[in-house]
Amino acid sequence: MEFFRIKKDIPFMRHALIFNVISAVTFLAAVFFLVHKGLHLSVEFKGGTLMEVKYPKAANLEGIRGTLIAMGYEEPGVTSFDTARDVMIRLPVEKGVSAANTSQRVFESLCKAEQGATKAIDTVTAKGEHVLKSACMDAAGSEAVVLQKVEFVGPQVGEELAQNGLNALVVVIIGVMIYLAIRFECKYAVSAIIANLHDVVIILGFFAFFEWEFSLTVLAAILAVLGYSVNESVVIFDRIRENFRKQRKATVHEVIDSAITSTISRTIITHGSTQMMVLSMLVFGGQTLHHFALALTIGICFGIYSSVFVAASIAMWLGVKREDLIKPVKEKDETDGAVV
Amino acid sequence: MNRYPAWKYIIIVVALLLGALYTAPNYFGESPALQVTSGKSTVKVTGELMTQVEQILTKENVKSEGVTMDGAGNLASVRVRFADPDTQFKAKLVLEKDLNPDASDPAYIVTVNLQANTPMWMQKMHALPMFLGLDLRGGVHFLMQVDAKAVLNKKVQGVQSAARSVLRDKNIRHAGIERVGDSVQINFRDAETRLKAKNVLSDQMSELAFADAGEGSDLKLNITLKPAALKATIDEGVKQNISTLSKRVNELGVAEPLIQQQGPDRIVVQLPGVQDVARAKAIIGRTATLEVRLVDETIVPGTELSSAIPFNSELFTVGKGVPVVLAKDVILTGDYISSATASFDQNQQAAVSIDLNGDGGRKMREATRERVGKRMAIVLFEKGKPEVLSVATIQQELGSRFQITGMGGAENANELALLLRSGALSAPMTVIEERTIGPQLGAENIAKGFHSTLYGFIAIAVFMIAYYMLFGAFSVLALATNLLLLVGLLSMIQVTLTLPGIAAIALALGMAIDANVLINERIREELRAGNTPQAAIAAGFDRAWATILDSNVTTLIVGLALLAFGSGPVRGFAVVHCLGILTSMFSSVFVSRGVVNLWYGRKKKLTTLSIGTVWVPGTSK
Repeated sequence: MEFFRIKKDIPFMRHALIFNVISAVTFLAAVFFLVHKGLHLSVEFKGGTLMEVKYPKAANLEGIRGTLIAMGYEEPGVTSFDTARDVMIRLPVEKGVSAANTSQRVFESLCKAEQGATKAIDTVTAKGEHVLKSACMDAAGSEAVVLQKVEFVGPQVGEELAQNGLNALVVVIIGVMIYLAIRFECKYAVSAIIANLHDVVIILGFFAFFEWEFSLTVLAAILAVLGYSVNESVVIFDRIRENFRKQRKATVHEVIDSAITSTISRTIITHGSTQMMVLSMLVFGGQTLHHFALALTIGICFGIYSSVFVAASIAMWLGVKREDLIKPVKEKDETDGAVV
Repeated sequence: MNRYPAWKYIIIVVALLLGALYTAPNYFGESPALQVTSGKSTVKVTGELMTQVEQILTKENVKSEGVTMDGAGNLASVRVRFADPDTQFKAKLVLEKDLNPDASDPAYIVTVNLQANTPMWMQKMHALPMFLGLDLRGGVHFLMQVDAKAVLNKKVQGVQSAARSVLRDKNIRHAGIERVGDSVQINFRDAETRLKAKNVLSDQMSELAFADAGEGSDLKLNITLKPAALKATIDEGVKQNISTLSKRVNELGVAEPLIQQQGPDRIVVQLPGVQDVARAKAIIGRTATLEVRLVDETIVPGTELSSAIPFNSELFTVGKGVPVVLAKDVILTGDYISSATASFDQNQQAAVSIDLNGDGGRKMREATRERVGKRMAIVLFEKGKPEVLSVATIQQELGSRFQITGMGGAENANELALLLRSGALSAPMTVIEERTIGPQLGAENIAKGFHSTLYGFIAIAVFMIAYYMLFGAFSVLALATNLLLLVGLLSMIQVTLTLPGIAAIALALGMAIDANVLINERIREELRAGNTPQAAIAAGFDRAWATILDSNVTTLIVGLALLAFGSGPVRGFAVVHCLGILTSMFSSVFVSRGVVNLWYGRKKKLTTLSIGTVWVPGTSK
């Protein structure tokens, strides 16, 4: 099989302006949505309580909301996910309400609303495992509400996480730039970082536009994607350097075109393969990995675009030259074999 | 040119075998087990208990599958595995009965749980299953923060009373000691006394900083805590709380509890398998109380059990069954103890030095002044049960600083100091993060993570083989090696696997295929340029290598940054991400080259490579 039967180098750089305009427009749109709508931050960053409960039958969301409002929460977030029986409850940190025992009190109220009572259960399963839990039992002796998951994050922790996230982003950017500057040249480092940061902003823009929840795992995905797209630029830059050596007569334009053309098949196949894995996570990974996989998907798609079209053209406009990459010493090395 | 020397193959085989060995424990499943932990602060789990457990089981004819000792210090436990839950149940009854002669006051706690079924020889080689995070196995996680302000408060109070008693002991007259914010202010009438006081105080308390203030006859000495001392105090509080928590967590019978310091003033508590947050919190938040009482001297020692106990006295037992009768009146409670440390007395005997704060010194003085030569006991009440920690003879009138001697070696002194502190000193904490995951959700998460990796892998494998034919198969082989090595490595270093961690494994595989795609594309390109197959293989691998290295370094930078700044789930992701890059470099370059060499390397007259269609511009095909 061969997908890419390319006869001549594709003149990518002739259309560089168009590609960059498209990119700039998407970028501006993303920034607009980020500013206008803002990110929908998860409890991890904001602080608050998140609970997942499961009902034996379809849950009455309005009823749950009512119970929570009666408890003193002004705007409880109650949504269902996966099935109609699974409910996710988000409670912000509220002044005057002790945050520490939120989950217990909420669970007790929800239980009462279902005419059940909480009871401590201490049993040994058939397999020989010790189970300690507080369950909500109704009159018939079955569980009326099951607490699946609780996440409580105090406000000070949230701020720290947000700060650490930002720090990680900055360190990644600086680290990658230093590496590229050493390995290639400053202009390449700048263009690769611009191209890939614009991916990051676009992913964030998507999250803002669709109001997807931005959690720590999404942040990890975004940083992973940042590293991954930089790879892409590295592969192309590597080829540009190689072509500068081989094609002595070619113009910068032609060198870049040929570098992109010869790596395009690898770019698409690699990204396709990675995307298959990510797709599998999107389909089978469930709710926890959903946004992680979404961020990766967007990142991979825009990663191809930006590293192929944007990074190279920015590098071109920044004025990369043959001399930037090929040091005179190296040239001598290459001819070592010929000069006897 | 496409041949590997034998040692390279040996490396590959050894790596694969190690990978397989360390991956294997993850497949053995779990068997029913019992865990014996200490039920009292004064009871320690040692190797002795292990033999005792073994003896009981042999005596009662209960067949076990192995007795092991696990953990250390307060988290030490003896574990016994059984073939089936029935035996487990029988053994539990037997052990509970024989280990605890007094059922109402158990010295040991026997709890049921599941334990990994890894064969003994594997365990000896540290080949253990991966440690699953809470999101995969269910349980509770707390992050608690020590209230630094309260710690400081208590400390300043201690300084104030200590200063008062020191000045009184040395007969230095002052015009009042008061607390101003976080500092203690002592007033003096003349500079000479102030200087004397300063010298005396700085001799006795090295952790204080002094500053003079005021003039004329209204002189002041401001005493503040050195920042380092405050830090040390908080650190000590955290350590203390960790040790106290470890003891208490035993009660829950959790298989692998994790209690760790995080940052300067935080403690992480993870209790796998526990769903009952309310109970866990109650146990963690429980406070033990310490009481200092006098021994009732009307009872002749040795006749405690037979004589009538006076109305305002109570009978206690010290350690293993030595009775002692104590007065019901409490001289002091643990709240007054500001520090208890192991030290040595003037005769170089092991001792425990105790500092009292606030009114403690005065109360102690009043109680001991008339009672030199009599005995005094310290009792720890936990869960409403008394535990006599020490019975000592009062040698002199005691003030706010005194020593207890005669407990034997330095180790005993340390132990006693720790117990004294556990009753009194725990720095107040608040829960700042809490996660609970139901066991069902945990199992679902494992399945989800596993399925996403599996189907993703299959999809990539099918595509690679269809597109690159035999070379695709080699790539898939390299990818499978990568997975094996990665899982083996993760098990070997006992990383805690979380759902984001599994996602990172999947992503690592998805990204690792990049290296093979690069190589395969490069080989095709070389073939297209008209090179011979053998030359194409060599050139393909060599040229792709530089690119692979470059691109992996950038990914590694990301991984390291996440590792440095990430917390919780992101850390798990970062660890796997970084390790995945390392294993992928090894497998996709070194191993796949090895396989290719093995297959094609010896064929001298190689004319074609099975690498899919190599389309050359200008040809029709």
